Amino acid sequence: MATTVPRRRKVKPRRQKLVEQAVLAPLDWVDERTAFVKGTKWFLFRHVPRDVSWLQTLGSATLTAFIVQALTGAILAMYYQPSAAIDPQTGKPVAYSSIQSITNDVTLGWLVRGMHRWGASVFIILLFLHMGRVFLFGAYKYPRELTWITGVLLLATGMLMGFTGYLLPWDQTAYWATAVGINLNGTAPFLGPWLAQFLAGGPEIGNYTLAKFYAIHMLLLPGAIFALIGVHIYLVTRLGVTSPPWSKEEAGRDRPPKVPTGRRAGLVRPSGDGDGARPGLVRSGGSGGAS
Amino acid sequence: MSDPVNDNHAPKPSLWPIGFAIGVACLLVGLVISWIVAAIGAGIAILCGLLWAREVTREVRGEVPEIEPETRVVADVAAPAAEEEELPMYTRSRFLEATTLGLGAAVGAVITLPVLGFMVLPSFTDVEKHDVDLGPIRNFPNGEFVIATFLANPTIGEVSRRTAFVRYNGPDPKGQPSFTILYSRCVHLGCPVQPNGPIDEKAKKQVGDVTLRPVLAQSFGCPCHGGQYNSEGNRTAGPPVRSMDRFEYSIKNGRLILGSVYAVGNVTGNGATATISKYPWSTPGTHVNGIEAWLYPIVPSQVTG
Repeated sequence: MATTVPRRRKVKPRRQKLVEQAVLAPLDWVDERTAFVKGTKWFLFRHVPRDVSWLQTLGSATLTAFIVQALTGAILAMYYQPSAAIDPQTGKPVAYSSIQSITNDVTLGWLVRGMHRWGASVFIILLFLHMGRVFLFGAYKYPRELTWITGVLLLATGMLMGFTGYLLPWDQTAYWATAVGINLNGTAPFLGPWLAQFLAGGPEIGNYTLAKFYAIHMLLLPGAIFALIGVHIYLVTRLGVTSPPWSKEEAGRDRPPKVPTGRRAGLVRPSGDGDGARPGLVRSGGSGGAS
Repeated sequence: MSDPVNDNHAPKPSLWPIGFAIGVACLLVGLVISWIVAAIGAGIAILCGLLWAREVTREVRGEVPEIEPETRVVADVAAPAAEEEELPMYTRSRFLEATTLGLGAAVGAVITLPVLGFMVLPSFTDVEKHDVDLGPIRNFPNGEFVIATFLANPTIGEVSRRTAFVRYNGPDPKGQPSFTILYSRCVHLGCPVQPNGPIDEKAKKQVGDVTLRPVLAQSFGCPCHGGQYNSEGNRTAGPPVRSMDRFEYSIKNGRLILGSVYAVGNVTGNGATATISKYPWSTPGTHVNGIEAWLYPIVPSQVTG
């Protein structure tokens, strides 16, 4: 095993070896049971065309914007109350009063609400920029049609997020914009009026509407978006990134041959640093003899 | 990944979709212009659509392979051997698979259907309708509009506050008191329509929960998208697709009682002698007359928004 060790490799100090083992032993323990390292490498260590640019980062920017929305939204839900009943203290609806209190009273509430409010617009804008990039680069073509389709579904759920979230502040703008939005749905042929009445949840846009929109905004749509993002990212990882249309690289060319490396190569330590010589799962003390 | 050059994942170019698009465009134009154009358009669209589908699926359907006629003699020696091949068996595992899937589907349906019903049905059932007492009819001056605001459903609270523009027209030809009662909700997309004139706040009256404010206006406008209506609620400008909705009313013991809301296609004439084309209430933005009304054959019967 240790017969072909290159002479130039320095012998590691004993302490460094101990530290490495302390870090790697738990990692190995988890990896043996979950193939977590393999999965992480499959997800992150991918071949990417040489001539990609910042434009290919719009998708992950959109994902980041969504994560910001999910986190700030979950925290806002700790202070927001979706009720149209009149708050006896303020004489105004509870939902409106709770938004006022988040903005004006709760420490840093103005910041988190602002992040959620403006982040919503950022999310939608990035969605459209990402979609435009994919369209103009022709990246929706074979074999990435399903990635495009899940992306369109993500756009639709994103817009629904905007529609349902807009009502929650329960002020005049929110109320009448939602009235218009519900009636817009009502003008769809045949089932439109039924859809409008379902959305309003009764004769008035009131407590039921607010609770329904809150549930859709907080539970249904985030679940759908998480699932769709999972499929979308799986497909992106599986199918890889497209070259831009101006690329000089030949499409569909063979990938460079894989350098034989170990399962952790490049993840914790620089690639090829002796891991390749130790393909076994269990790191016993004897394997340190390679260095 | 296979060689993308040799793979053909796109259908061959075809002219039929263009004909299909022309047919659809012709159909839509025909809906507005005339029956004949719409029928021709529908015909073109269906024909070109079928031909398009036929062309696209040609390769999938495939040419019928030419089968060589069987020339075996009747007493083929190989025939008995073929019969000894394994018979299709309905095995235990296949039975268990089918029962698991079937029972799973049944359990899923039993759980899902009531939940779906619970999600959808309450929006359409148990809808209460309340008549609203607007007070003595002497509060309504002849020929002037009065803004009446009231709670349509006091248990729901302020969100059910509605506004009607009430005008007393004097007695109708039969001698009964005649009212024009317009519902303030814009028939474009449901915003609150405002009277185009000053409100006489000094003459404000309170009758129970109802607030009455006379207004010097003979037309109405919507702040959202600029719809304009005249004193009969007919559209004069902007995007609304019909005339303003109106309230049914009755007079009991000299008091004006509001009933339910109905949709109005158009009003000719005015005041007590007006002819109103009356339809069941429909969602704002939906046509109640003309060919576009065919797009909304059945409308749930309650006022939304």
